[in-house]
Amino acid sequence: MSEKKLNIKEEEELGKPVDRVLLKRLLLYFKPYKWHILLAFLLTITISALAAVRPRLTPIAIDDMIVNGKIKGLQLISLILLFTLFLQGFIQYMMAYLTSWIGQKIIFNLRKKVFTHILNLNLKFFDTNPIGRLVTRVTSDIEVLFEVFSSGIVTALGDVFMILWILYFMFTLDYKLTFVALSILPVLGIATAVFRNKVRSSYRRIRVLVSKMNSFVQEHISGISVVQLFNKEKRSADEFAVINQAHTNENKKSIFYYAVFFPFVELIGAVTIGLIIWYGGGQVVQNAVSVGVIISFIQFTEMFFRPIRDLSEKYNILQTAMASSERVFALLDKKNPIIQVDTPELIDDIRGEIEFKNVWFAYNNSEYVLKNVSFKIYEGEKVAFVGATGAGKSTIINLLSRFYDVTNGEITIDGKDIRNLNIKELRRNIGVVLQDVFLFSGNIRNNISLENKYITEGKINKSIENTGLTDFINSLPEKLNHRVTERGMTLSVGQKQLVSFARALAYNPKILILDEATSSVDTNTELLIQKAIQKLIESRTSIIIAHRLSTIQSCNKIIVMHKGEIKECGTHQTLIDKQGLYYRLYQLQYKDI
Amino acid sequence: MKSLLALIPYLKKYKLKLILGFICVSLYVAFNSSYPLVIGDAVDELVKNPDINKIIIYALKGITLVFIGGIFIFFTRQTIIVVSREIENDLRNDFFSHLQHLSRNFYNNITTGDLMAHATNDVNNVRNFLGPGIMYSMQTILRTVVTIIILFSINVEVAIIAILPLPFITLLVYFVIKLIYNRSMKVQESFSSLTAKVQEVFSGIRVIKSYTREVNEIEKFDSASADYQKKNLALARLEAFSFPMMFLLTGISIILVIYFGGIKVINGTFTVGNITEFIVYLVQLTWPMIAFGWIMNLIQRAAPSMKRLLNIMETEPDIKDDDKTKSGITGNQIKGKIEFQNMSFKYPGTDVYILKNINLIIESGNSLGIIGYTGAGKSTIVNLIPRVYDISEGAILIDGYDVKTIPLSVLRNLVGIVPQESFLFSDTLEYNISYSSDVTESEKVKRVSEIAGLYKDVSLFPEKFKTIIGERGITLSGGQKQRTSIARALYKNPKILILDDSFSSVDTHTEEEILRELKTVMKNRTCILISHRISTIKECDKIIVLDNSIISEEGTHSELIERKGIYYDIYMKQLLEEEIEEIN
Repeated sequence: MSEKKLNIKEEEELGKPVDRVLLKRLLLYFKPYKWHILLAFLLTITISALAAVRPRLTPIAIDDMIVNGKIKGLQLISLILLFTLFLQGFIQYMMAYLTSWIGQKIIFNLRKKVFTHILNLNLKFFDTNPIGRLVTRVTSDIEVLFEVFSSGIVTALGDVFMILWILYFMFTLDYKLTFVALSILPVLGIATAVFRNKVRSSYRRIRVLVSKMNSFVQEHISGISVVQLFNKEKRSADEFAVINQAHTNENKKSIFYYAVFFPFVELIGAVTIGLIIWYGGGQVVQNAVSVGVIISFIQFTEMFFRPIRDLSEKYNILQTAMASSERVFALLDKKNPIIQVDTPELIDDIRGEIEFKNVWFAYNNSEYVLKNVSFKIYEGEKVAFVGATGAGKSTIINLLSRFYDVTNGEITIDGKDIRNLNIKELRRNIGVVLQDVFLFSGNIRNNISLENKYITEGKINKSIENTGLTDFINSLPEKLNHRVTERGMTLSVGQKQLVSFARALAYNPKILILDEATSSVDTNTELLIQKAIQKLIESRTSIIIAHRLSTIQSCNKIIVMHKGEIKECGTHQTLIDKQGLYYRLYQLQYKDI
Repeated sequence: MKSLLALIPYLKKYKLKLILGFICVSLYVAFNSSYPLVIGDAVDELVKNPDINKIIIYALKGITLVFIGGIFIFFTRQTIIVVSREIENDLRNDFFSHLQHLSRNFYNNITTGDLMAHATNDVNNVRNFLGPGIMYSMQTILRTVVTIIILFSINVEVAIIAILPLPFITLLVYFVIKLIYNRSMKVQESFSSLTAKVQEVFSGIRVIKSYTREVNEIEKFDSASADYQKKNLALARLEAFSFPMMFLLTGISIILVIYFGGIKVINGTFTVGNITEFIVYLVQLTWPMIAFGWIMNLIQRAAPSMKRLLNIMETEPDIKDDDKTKSGITGNQIKGKIEFQNMSFKYPGTDVYILKNINLIIESGNSLGIIGYTGAGKSTIVNLIPRVYDISEGAILIDGYDVKTIPLSVLRNLVGIVPQESFLFSDTLEYNISYSSDVTESEKVKRVSEIAGLYKDVSLFPEKFKTIIGERGITLSGGQKQRTSIARALYKNPKILILDDSFSSVDTHTEEEILRELKTVMKNRTCILISHRISTIKECDKIIVLDNSIISEEGTHSELIERKGIYYDIYMKQLLEEEIEEIN
């Protein structure tokens, strides 16, 4: 591995300063649960009060009861102690569960909101954002916020109360002794801050090294054949050892910090207790303080340290949450540029007449993929689009379904500009069969009906019959319930295509768009597919990006596209006779070898 | 559990440190356990006969004990925990180094994700058992024994009563951690399926939008999300219960001590100081009781993890040097004549022949072009030469030696392959190009880059050959990647050069330039070129057409054109394609 690679600085985004605007926006999500939060808050106060009761009662038990020999009183105090202990345990349980519950509810709502929002964004957004990133927004980023919504804010307030309660009890017992007991607190504070700082940066470096190690392993597993073909097994192992050693060294450093810090905290505790005994002892000698008070002070000091440590932890959580919430909110602020007009024109019974009028389109600012394209397709007509890759054929599909809006010009259906129609209405009338068949995990039935309750069993069966899938499905032990795994791995390419045909048929659209797949299938399946296509385009307006000669020949019209423009138009025979672009494409793509 | 025995050799390496650690942890427990006794004495002193000087001495004594104890625990951590990290390091190195030698067949049957999980989670589980597991179990056992002895020596009756609830903590912790682990696994599973769901929806967004199934998908997402919430709340209920429960049990112990101890104080057989001692010891015992339950879980998790690691580490590579290897063969003596003798191949564990009865001779210094449809076995045939897989029948000879008898490292040094998918490491360009050598000669890097048609591109990068590529650096185009991969193979200076469809992402013009440059390099090497394009291979000394796992046509370009077979068809189509491309 090169020197340079080892030295790459990788600062991970562990946190951001707490931003008030973001925080405010986050807090808004608490609103529906304000009563639950109030309850959680009351419970926290009760817990901190109860936690302080026990050390407060101990001196009474010792000084009044034991030293004075009051057995009855001792019994009573023991019972009270037992009762508060149980009560405290119970409330703690309620409290912990309640805060998780609140957190989970809010997370659920927020996650739904983000998912729904993304789902309704336009296709361009999906084309420009890697799916992995979008998935992270819905999953991990929101998960990070859970801490804030659950334990974070409520328990932070609880910690503050805890500290106040303890201080209150200590001061009422003996204010001088309180000062003595707290005198060493700053030392602990500083030690903790230093330790936390060291551990945090060490932890950050460890995380960077772990991810480096992971990507190294990942890379060398993916590239194992390169490693082996170049005889570099030993070198890889050596390079891995270097990162591994760096990781171990960093871990050793953090072991050192812990090895120093933990005994140090214990020592501080011992010093505090020593101070209490020393100073308190003097007071006892002068009869100014009782032994019981000293014992309860010993207990208080132990209780005091925890909430202080917790508070700084909570601040870290909040910082981490800021980075995630910023990303999530940025996403929620993203608008879909494809908007529906407020009062869309009604299309009760679509006929299926399509017209492109001087359409210009560019995915990116100035690179036009369609240049002044105009054509008209009459009701029930079947039109084939042919052309080399990049000619602009698939763009026509994208525009017609309004996945993108035209840059210039107009597209009409039955004479109405598609931008004035209800988007869902429009898409419902257009059946799209894509080249790259996408199947959802589930079963065959779900993949045909897409879980639409209007697609009845009868419709499914009919479309299966029409696409020639019947024999295949009958051969499956579970028929329509045959499991389909992620991306349809259990089906062959041809079967997947037929399923997607059946899907389109079941929805019975007025307009059909078919992007024929190029992948070769066996002769038998090929025949099935050819037959199914005839069924598919029967009695509806069809636009086909054709790769089969049989498909082309059954079309009324062929539009030949080249580099974003319409070059030729006509029937198969006239275009062949013309001996132009189509003639050559025909020889290249459609003529059998 | 037996799998953990495999760790003994690793532990032995750090024998001394470990022994030192055990001594330190014992001393720590000894000092730390005496501390409450001192506090108890101090309190007793206060109750009966307060003497300020004595009290100060007690206070100082207590602090000193904790201080010395602290030093020992420091050294315990610096030995035992550090050793656990060292062993983790050794284990990971051994694991990774073993992976480097396993053959392609092994990798075909396991996912990268699985191996990653082994290298991280499983090694971690073993580490947790070695470090915290060993340290805390030592500490816990010692401390428990010492504390119980002390408590019994103070007062047997109170000791029995006070200790009674403690084993329940251990049991409770054991079961609770186990349950928590199971439930968090369920949470993880639910999270994965939620993630998978989201991933699927976003991948299939076109279908969903085309068929306007958004609402349906949102409903399904909701139920996945609700399931995740349910699993989380089940975990939360358990966690919410576990912590109060543990402190409840210690709390009960303390109250029992106050009550029964108090009665004994009144009867005069116990002191107030004793009560304080008991309380402090009980608090000290809480952690060991929790630790017991925790350690049992650590062991339970470490054992299967170690087993999984051993499974892989004990897998023998199926392609390696063996007794058939003639160690006398060196690279220098080989000229590079390749001969396939009636060779057939099917993938291990399958019945379908990918290549059947291949007979072919490539004279040293000659070039061979291979063309054919996708899936015809073009890549497979070249991968068999450097033994990425071993052939099923027949033989492959280089200069008359069966490849199985040539030492593997010699064989692979002879062959320079530019694979179909150009895999590059995310490191500097220079590193990638000079990958075959442990030292980088800048001049040579420059020269091979010029031949591979990469140099012009590189000179536009601000950091030239020091530019980092891949995930953390700049992204190369497909063509740049292929050319880097070509340069890498040339740097190796191999006797046999194989280009497996290496120009697919390079435009025809650049391809011609590279081919022209390559001519000089190819002169004294045996070259095999696989391509979809006739233009790439038409000047080869010999061309074969692979079709349906056999050689269907063989000859020179003009011979094959004459034949009017598959080769001719492909040729004619490519002419047409060019023609169409030129129309404006």
